[in-house]
Amino acid sequence: MRNQSQIDSEKRTATLPFIITFVIMIGFWLIFSGKFDLFHLSLGVVSCLLVTFFSSDLLFPTGLKTDFLACWVRFALYVPWLLYQILLANLHVLRLSFHPRMMALIDPHIIEFNSHLESDIARTTFANSITLTPGTITVNVSAMGRFTVHCIDVASGDPLPGEMERQIERIFKE
Amino acid sequence: MNIFITLLLICGLIFFTGGTLGILRFPDFYSRLHPAGKLDTFGLVTTVGALALYIAFVQGLFLTALKIGLIIVFVFITSPTATHAIVDAGVRAGLKPWTKPSSGEDQT
Repeated sequence: MRNQSQIDSEKRTATLPFIITFVIMIGFWLIFSGKFDLFHLSLGVVSCLLVTFFSSDLLFPTGLKTDFLACWVRFALYVPWLLYQILLANLHVLRLSFHPRMMALIDPHIIEFNSHLESDIARTTFANSITLTPGTITVNVSAMGRFTVHCIDVASGDPLPGEMERQIERIFKE
Repeated sequence: MNIFITLLLICGLIFFTGGTLGILRFPDFYSRLHPAGKLDTFGLVTTVGALALYIAFVQGLFLTALKIGLIIVFVFITSPTATHAIVDAGVRAGLKPWTKPSSGEDQT
């Protein structure tokens, strides 16, 4: 009896990722095909159903958290801030590479710090954000949350982890 | 609109030039990846963004512009991953990063 209800609840939790994956797939299909007649739409629905059936557990491997929608909204709010940081840091590296006394200005070194971000997705976002902002490249992230980062000079490595980690912490609510 | 698009294109070209110059001028493998991986990302955003704007507002093909916009999204996901993979390969192969000769003693 209890076993049966467990299977039922697993089925219910698996339906929502299925639907979301399908919606994402059909969205991409519509954008990429650009044809809205019945033939292409039905082809799209069939192939998206097939792909969703095979791989809906790949997009959400741990199942959905309850506040995933709010999570996406917070992530969308984070993107403009990240773009602004990328612009600032890009200008910095641009100035470095055009600077006549470049060798005197740069000071490549490797820093390490511990992050208290727990989940895989938060760590991945953090590591990719570090690599996207120029002047810093994530070399390694250990399973314990220890980040190894290569910095081009002292100024670009200074603000880590700091503000960016707080922002990501707020997105994923840890 | 055309002026704005041209400005974006010129900006992108400056970033690409800086990236190329950086690859040539920086001292070692790891520091060369900084301009290679990142200035190119931003140069791509400005040039491809200019293309998308041109196609959307001058030629009126919004769907094509949306596809071009998706290129930017995918590059933003793949570019740091690729850069990280290259750096990781360097570390695994045992390549030591270049540090300043003057500050070499107290850092190591």
